[in-house]
Amino acid sequence: MSQGFDLRRIDRRIIFLLVLIAVVWPLIAPLRLPMDVSPPVQRLYDRIEEIPAGSIVMLAGDYSPDTMPELQPMTETFIRHAFRNDLRLVVACLWPASPPLVERALLPLAEEFGKVEGVDYVNLGYMAGGTVTLLGMGASIPNTFPTDYGGTPVRDIPLMQEVENFDDIAFVMEVSAGTPGTREWVQQVQSRYRVSLGSGTTAVGAPNFYPYVQSGQLVGLLGGLKGAAEYETLLEYPGDATKGMDAQSVVHALIVVFIILGNIAYFAARRRERAEAR
Amino acid sequence: MRREIPLAITFLIGVFMLVDFFVPHHGVSAAAEEMKQWGTIVIAASILLGVGNLIRVHFRKIRRKSDGWGYSIMTLASMAVMLYFGGPWGTIEEGSAFNWMFLNMQVPLQSTMFSLLAFFIASAAYRAFRLRSAEAGLLLIAAIIVMLGRVPLGQFLTRGLPEKATLPWLTETIMAYPNMAAFRGILMGAALGVMAMGLRIILGIERSYLGGEK
Amino acid sequence: MERTCVALAVAALLTVSLAGTAGAQEAPVEEALLDAAPPDSVAPAAPGALAARDYLDSNDAGDKIELDWELSPDDGEGSCDVVAYRLWRSQSASSPGELVTELSPGQTHYVDQNLEPGAQYYYSITAYDGTNESAPIACAPVSGRVNLFQTTRLSILVLMAVFFALVLIFTKLAERGAELFVRRIPGLNAIEEAVGRATEMGRPVLYVPGIGEIDNIMTIASLTILSHVAKITARYETPLIVPTARAVVMSAAEEVVKQAYAEVGQPDAYNPDNIRYLSDAQFAFAGAVNGIMLREKPAANLYMGAFWAESLLLAETGFEAGAIQVAGTAMVSQLPFFVTSCDFTLMGEELYAASAYLSREPKLLGGLKGSDWMKVVTIALMALGAILNFMGFESFVNWFQTQ
Repeated sequence: MSQGFDLRRIDRRIIFLLVLIAVVWPLIAPLRLPMDVSPPVQRLYDRIEEIPAGSIVMLAGDYSPDTMPELQPMTETFIRHAFRNDLRLVVACLWPASPPLVERALLPLAEEFGKVEGVDYVNLGYMAGGTVTLLGMGASIPNTFPTDYGGTPVRDIPLMQEVENFDDIAFVMEVSAGTPGTREWVQQVQSRYRVSLGSGTTAVGAPNFYPYVQSGQLVGLLGGLKGAAEYETLLEYPGDATKGMDAQSVVHALIVVFIILGNIAYFAARRRERAEAR
Repeated sequence: MRREIPLAITFLIGVFMLVDFFVPHHGVSAAAEEMKQWGTIVIAASILLGVGNLIRVHFRKIRRKSDGWGYSIMTLASMAVMLYFGGPWGTIEEGSAFNWMFLNMQVPLQSTMFSLLAFFIASAAYRAFRLRSAEAGLLLIAAIIVMLGRVPLGQFLTRGLPEKATLPWLTETIMAYPNMAAFRGILMGAALGVMAMGLRIILGIERSYLGGEK
Repeated sequence: MERTCVALAVAALLTVSLAGTAGAQEAPVEEALLDAAPPDSVAPAAPGALAARDYLDSNDAGDKIELDWELSPDDGEGSCDVVAYRLWRSQSASSPGELVTELSPGQTHYVDQNLEPGAQYYYSITAYDGTNESAPIACAPVSGRVNLFQTTRLSILVLMAVFFALVLIFTKLAERGAELFVRRIPGLNAIEEAVGRATEMGRPVLYVPGIGEIDNIMTIASLTILSHVAKITARYETPLIVPTARAVVMSAAEEVVKQAYAEVGQPDAYNPDNIRYLSDAQFAFAGAVNGIMLREKPAANLYMGAFWAESLLLAETGFEAGAIQVAGTAMVSQLPFFVTSCDFTLMGEELYAASAYLSREPKLLGGLKGSDWMKVVTIALMALGAILNFMGFESFVNWFQTQ
């Protein structure tokens, strides 16, 4: 029988409290840990830098509020990157919850960079259908999205006069949290229409798409909050993702400490039980 | 007949979708698209069935005053309120009551539930990563390397070392090679399982989804 | 004297060329064009070879032609004055026809659409600098064909045929009474133990069929296992709670459980209120299932099907509530969470093997053995492909590339 405080049976609420402190403290007192940029993120950034000013790029928003913390910084940073480089932006979404989330990022940034709706950017909103919608866009984007998010007929929008299908799009940035998402864009769009495709996805989903990065089907990949933070670093604009990385660093370190403590408790208890058995 | 008709429909549509995959003829693709649209419509219509079930189950709980019947009142009331505001006034307009409730109630609630994962992972890690065996030890070491290598802290801790000894490099190597290999192996096995299952369903050998073999 | 003149001339030439290089490095080409004097009268060099072919895609109406060409030597190099490529299309060899489109510099590919299937088209392409157009480069006439087979997917058809043949061979063998060995799958054996434990403790069994839609094969596999579990709970008269996140799955689960209870001779024990539709929203569903676990305190939790991020929320809460837990999913990213929190986990295809394993029916066992042997074939092909690639013969691996 174990005596005194048994580390193996520690109350879960103590663990939860420590995690809470580990998350909140760096947000109040940032550590500002330096960050290197990984190759998939660097390649994505470099590819966008190569796009001539005035070209049209697409942002595909395929996520919902649950994954906003990881993916919204990617959306914001990409829009900032596009507007900074004078690229014109078309937004199209395959998830119903995405258009308002992208609008949240788009409108303040459009104001900051002095971009005009309909001329420099347009939000086409959401269209149901997943793969079917992607194939439709390959044939004709105006036919697939007859109106924009605000209800204006797409044929009346100046920017959309120059966009018929993916041949008119220099680059697609796909921010996705699941299905339909990166896999569908690679299989249906990149392989068929050979459009330059980059992706931002959750940390859990990112390993699924490493093969596409290795094969070159994805120009680059932003994996989770760290990917978003690295992208912000390249743009020299530390946003929400960079702030979040400090908190994530501390929590990861705390979990490693928990694992080590858990093992110490486990071995101590085993030794005690063996000694008692003798 | 009750069983034969659904099996016949399954067989015909299953075979046709296979044909659609291999035959690019416009006529075939157009028919396949129609069927996919019908599938979406049928599934959408079934939401009414779900709502009916929800109402029935919770009404019964309230009537019998079973355990937790207060929550049943909350459930039905919330559903009624959302339906009331979403119906006549629309759901996506900026400033509509439905939109407000979605952004200020459902979104924070969903994010909160999702963020519980951070706490649960900590308690699961504390309990589960025990050095019980050689494999568990391997899992433990890989977990520690990847957890630290994925954040700036890992880079910071190994900043003076040669590149191949840094945590970020080790993390990328683990993710790109053993992890990816295992991933692909399981994926391929699962894909074959899906094909076998699909074949059994199309041929009518697998009938449990219809409610038993008889 | 002569040497001095030569030296001066060389120095002058060097200075001019260095200044020219420095100038080119200082200002991007486009700005240099804007600063330049009036537009020239020299047309840019023509683009390289133009090739056209019928464009094959999965919605082939024979109305698309795919074109590829090489960049003009003056595109980004040479006189650097190409501003567009002009693509011309005609239905007769004698005229250039109409302008199809203007493409930006650097592009070498285009798909022309909305053509007449079967009609013959003549394409030509020119490089354009804003004022002058190069000589046209034409290609052989081409027509769009309605294809009856996606040749890029031939490898899939062949592999599928091999797979189906293996399944049929083993099914026939099983029907003739051959003993087909299937290894023990601990997770499936554990399901019976879990239900037994719940019966002893007088508490219900919770069966979560995932949050996938009915068209997800994992959900269908889950319903197969649910049928088996429902028969056991019917026999032991243990309550079975099945929360679902999709209305169609709820309907299917109702049918499965009702039928299972009827087959065991306990139709009256079936309680429709135990098959519950909760919510389509992922975390609302997770919250509701957690509520069921904490209030109704099931002694056995079975998670079988397609799960996403809510997997750990369910499994950890179930662990804390003290239930015995068995999980099964082919969602590779969720397997680690189930493995850490559940007593047994069915990984990947073990979920699909369940129906064959539990029923031992020859037809189902045949499918299982067929899959296993197909894996052997796949491994052999992979090894062969790797060796051939290593030796430089890439055509074998390339044959497996599909669109």
